[in-house]
Amino acid sequence: MRDVAIVAFAQTRHTGHDTGLSETELILPVINEVKERTGLRRFGFTCSGSCDYLAGAPFSFVAALDALGAWPPISESHVEMDGAWALYEAWVRLQHGDVDSALVYGFGKSSLGDLRTIMTLQLDPYYLEPLGLDQLSVAALQAAALGADRAELDEIVRRSRADGRANPYALDLPAEIPDGFAVEPLKTCDIAPITDGAAAVVLAAGDLAARLCERPAHIRGIAHRTEPHYLGMRDLARSASAAEAARAAGAGKGPIEVAELHAQFAHEELILRRALELPGDTIVNPSGGPLAANPVMATGLIRLGEAARRIHDGTASRAVGHAASGPCLQHNLVTVLEA
Amino acid sequence: MPPHETDEPLVARHVLEFPGGYTRTTGPVIGRFLTELRAGRVVGVRTAEGRVLVPPLEYDPATGDAVTDEYVEVGPAGAVTAAAWVPEPRAGHPLDRPFAWALIRLDGADTALVHAVDAGNPKALRPGTRVWPVWRQNRTGHITDISHFAPEVTRIVSPVRPEYRIQAGGALRVFLDGVRRGVFLGGRCATCAKVYVPYRASCPECGGAMEEPVELPDTGTITTFAINNLPDPRAPEVPFVSAYILLDGADIPMIALVGGVPAHEVRQGMRVRAEWLPESERTLSMANVRWFTPTGEPDAEL
Ligand SMILES: [Zn+2]
Repeated sequence: MRDVAIVAFAQTRHTGHDTGLSETELILPVINEVKERTGLRRFGFTCSGSCDYLAGAPFSFVAALDALGAWPPISESHVEMDGAWALYEAWVRLQHGDVDSALVYGFGKSSLGDLRTIMTLQLDPYYLEPLGLDQLSVAALQAAALGADRAELDEIVRRSRADGRANPYALDLPAEIPDGFAVEPLKTCDIAPITDGAAAVVLAAGDLAARLCERPAHIRGIAHRTEPHYLGMRDLARSASAAEAARAAGAGKGPIEVAELHAQFAHEELILRRALELPGDTIVNPSGGPLAANPVMATGLIRLGEAARRIHDGTASRAVGHAASGPCLQHNLVTVLEA
Repeated sequence: MPPHETDEPLVARHVLEFPGGYTRTTGPVIGRFLTELRAGRVVGVRTAEGRVLVPPLEYDPATGDAVTDEYVEVGPAGAVTAAAWVPEPRAGHPLDRPFAWALIRLDGADTALVHAVDAGNPKALRPGTRVWPVWRQNRTGHITDISHFAPEVTRIVSPVRPEYRIQAGGALRVFLDGVRRGVFLGGRCATCAKVYVPYRASCPECGGAMEEPVELPDTGTITTFAINNLPDPRAPEVPFVSAYILLDGADIPMIALVGGVPAHEVRQGMRVRAEWLPESERTLSMANVRWFTPTGEPDAEL
């Protein structure tokens, strides 16, 4: 296995509303930032993650390529998923051995449409989507299956918002937690906020990593697993795929100082903590996590970037970045990063 | 270039829609399920390991192996395993009133079906609650051929309203004649001398016959009372007070409404007087007395 490291990470100052920037305009500054930080102008491979349904336009990711400088032709790919899976594809590409650097980015503006309804389109077209099952209802079914302690959930919301307020890139959400159900037992405060934003990461293989970054975040393990999409075919209170991905990535082979979890609902953090077997002293989502900023399709990549940032700045020597996709944590990606 | 006249953002409305909807092929497994639904049946498919998947999938999610071609009729009823309550339905939801989403394990199935349940209120769907499908009349072979599920019948409401014609007998007639004139008529027992109101023919205590009716004043004392919070067609509003009122000179209290005073101020010993309807509106009915209302006198010793 080739040694690949995250050597640079940048993200937008996310907003809870449409600022009028196009997707290209959103991405351009973060791509320029990682180029400046690494000194690289061209990359061996480029991969992005986004979702055309957010913008409501086919191939909207193609227009976003304007931010790259795609001429002369570059080696480029896209996943219709969170940018975390674009990072996975780039990691696989770097394993081939013929290129040493990769640019990965993810972006999404969930302010443009009704995200709760748009996410219905990720469900199967035979059994679930025709029912009009929306994103919050799906999450509420999982929360009901888990039956979590309310005080524990409130503490997750409180901690996430406080950490988010200390993070200049996350939203400034009030300390006072609103009451009221979105879909019972899911409270409105348990839900990640509507957010626009983008993020970019640079991967480097072998010796290049040490030349581009003082303290690279080496990817010591990376794996993703998925479960049946149909909600009634699984035990929603658990995440078998997150547990399996964590095992495959070797998360438990050493102490995890920091874990950035892609929990878009408060109860998902509890499910993921258990699946990843995180000990009580692991710091979870010091960035505030998705409950403080959730730029859909970049949120997972940001988890990996935030985990890497703790390695880069020396506050951690071993961290886990997690990304999730699909209804009720159907698909999970776990990355183990080490100094 | 001319300067911008305003800073108003340039915003357009945009809808993503494929005219008429997408046409999708179902394949044999999902197609079988939907065809059975059109016929008003729910079927699952058996896996090689013997589990019954509802709704059917082409593969066993546990092993990835293809399922068998054995279809099993399940349900139609089932038990809720988890539920979420939607207080404000969205445009695309199956019901336009508050409802629940539920995972429902149909009888004979090993997996749960996701559907809407018209549960009435968020507390109605505990895990284990039995639910039945409510079928659409015109079925087309679609998951929405089941309009929704509804909780099993565990109770019914039986309205009962037979109508009668009753005639006031002698003693009641005597009393109501008095009420029409604006007086309460009581009866004194010839044997034990107790005074009863309303007037009656015999003494319930000793069985003695009544003397001629005696006129009683329309003032009295509240001996006990109740604050009623259920609406009653005879009462002015909710809450209302009904009280036992011992008319001056009577030995037995009479039940009547109390009004003209906040319910929480009514008390035992309170002095009250009947408030009569105007003479022109009176009939042979206790409705001639609107209610008893406080006189303002000091409370009586009971
Ligand atoms: Zn007597």
